[in-house]
Amino acid sequence: MSGISLRAKRIVKNRAFLALCLLSTSATILILALLIASIMAQGSHFLFNSDALGAVFAHGELSQLTKIIRWDFLTNFASRFPEKAGIYAAVIGSMWVCAICALLALPLGIGTAIYLEEFAPKNRWTALIDFNIRNLAGVPSIVYGILGLTAFTRMFGLFGSDKNSALSFGPDNAWWHIQFPFGQGLLAGGLTLMLVVLPIVIISSREALRAVPSSLRQASLAIGATQWQTASKITLPAAIPSILTGAILAMSRAMGEAAPLLVLGIPVFIANTPDNLNDNFTVLPFQIFNWAGRPQESFHQLAASAIVVLLIVLICFNGVAVYLRQKLRKPLA
Amino acid sequence: MTEQASKFHPKSNSVLYKATSTMPDTQPNLAKPAPASAPITTTSLPGSEHITLRVKDFNAWYGAFQALHNITLNIPSQRVTSLIGPSGCGKSTFLRWINRMNDLVANARAQGVMQLDKDDVLDRNFDVVELRRRVGMVFQKPNPFPKSIYENIAFGPRLHKHFHRSDLDALVEQSLRAAAIWDEVKDRLHNSALGLSGGQQQRLCIARAIAVGPEVLLMDEPCSALDPRSTASVEALIRELRQTFTIVVVTHNMQQAARVSDLTAFFFEGKLIEAGPTDGMFTNPKNKQTEDYVTGRFG
Repeated sequence: MSGISLRAKRIVKNRAFLALCLLSTSATILILALLIASIMAQGSHFLFNSDALGAVFAHGELSQLTKIIRWDFLTNFASRFPEKAGIYAAVIGSMWVCAICALLALPLGIGTAIYLEEFAPKNRWTALIDFNIRNLAGVPSIVYGILGLTAFTRMFGLFGSDKNSALSFGPDNAWWHIQFPFGQGLLAGGLTLMLVVLPIVIISSREALRAVPSSLRQASLAIGATQWQTASKITLPAAIPSILTGAILAMSRAMGEAAPLLVLGIPVFIANTPDNLNDNFTVLPFQIFNWAGRPQESFHQLAASAIVVLLIVLICFNGVAVYLRQKLRKPLA
Repeated sequence: MTEQASKFHPKSNSVLYKATSTMPDTQPNLAKPAPASAPITTTSLPGSEHITLRVKDFNAWYGAFQALHNITLNIPSQRVTSLIGPSGCGKSTFLRWINRMNDLVANARAQGVMQLDKDDVLDRNFDVVELRRRVGMVFQKPNPFPKSIYENIAFGPRLHKHFHRSDLDALVEQSLRAAAIWDEVKDRLHNSALGLSGGQQQRLCIARAIAVGPEVLLMDEPCSALDPRSTASVEALIRELRQTFTIVVVTHNMQQAARVSDLTAFFFEGKLIEAGPTDGMFTNPKNKQTEDYVTGRFG
């Protein structure tokens, strides 16, 4: 008798909990859908050509299909006239900065992870390093901006100012022209973003390496491989898919950062693409920040359009990460 | 199979292992392999025959805990020596000191004499990479690399010296033949080793260990993760390999020790209680504790 009522109670509890979980999940999805819908609604004006949209969907004129998207928005530089404004400089700047950031952060981060996971003795010193890296991953990115400002933009004033540089390499028109300090140039931006993502790359790479069964390391060592041979030929290849997944997610974080670059003082208006590593640049999130801060409604719409582009880029990044996780990851044992 | 196994040896294989002439001259005399039919006639341990591994007053610790106390044991060439004893008795610790895998354990240390031929295994200056080439190891759970069957075997030899493709192919075939798995895998050498069954994987791991031309093979409960049928195949292989290698097997399974080994050493609470010919150990143990253990009264 009491057994039956207990059972009924359990079933009710189970259902109630399930309902609660469903509710919170749907709330999350609803918020996300609202966000995307509102951004699309605001951003559509500058992203899509309404005449071409009408022609294709109302009259079935497929020849207008490629004109649906306002390509001008992607290929124009910023402008004080919203109808002429575009995100070309920001897209190119984002690509440059992300490439520099990836080239610096991935070797450094993965190298650090290999050292800490495969070579470092487990002692108080490495525990301290570990603790620090975990804390650094949680430091707000704007703090790295301050570090970037002193270390890369001004270089502690060691080489004069960026307008009056005391040290430079390469001809002014070469893409690899470098001058110290880096000022508000690409190198300063890329290095600052490297600081932001480095802890993330290290932590995700370490977790990828740790997921490789130690039986494989032992097998390798037991046939006379050195620690380096084991790390480079067994552990790293087994961990590479996961490491790449983490690296791509870190890069999408770098792609979305505006705050540290804001602190560096990168220019608001850029009417050319960077010529060399010290040239001024802007990035998508900073362009969005900029447009959203203006009083005119049209600029808010521009900001929304740029957000749509940024979201699409980030979704592509995450898509590649998911693909790598699913396709490249092989069973290890 | 017997023929193949006896033919295969790094020393006798002049083409492939000429380069490893740095090995000491104290190799077992392979011209006269030990008579396979007469393991029981091996009188005592230590005996008068060639000793590959000499252990004297050997102590080992993990931090403050002493895992092994004053072990003195001689392991003869081309015999199977099994180490038996209850869990935690130190037999695996002992095994993992022979190829210094315990170097990987931060607080592990050892004292005493452990000599492989004339080399001091415990000498910090002794090249552990060379030691592990000479002393192969097979683990409890089959642990093939997530690579092809061919790559699993070729991995080890390539670490130590550069091979021509055809020599490497021949070495892979010989190793797989010696491990009695060639016929099962010859048509899928470039498929993943993870597609093999547990018993096949374990024999592959043995082939991988053989491929670098060791003198000694250490096996840490090589059959405990296998089904009875795979166990039988691995045990048969161990008996074959005795003709070429000095084998030390840790096992929890006393029937297995009785089936595969020529000599047995009984460990209990970090001490070597008794060692001798397997036959005598199981039928007429000298020590009361050994008797209790082998008859199943404890452990």
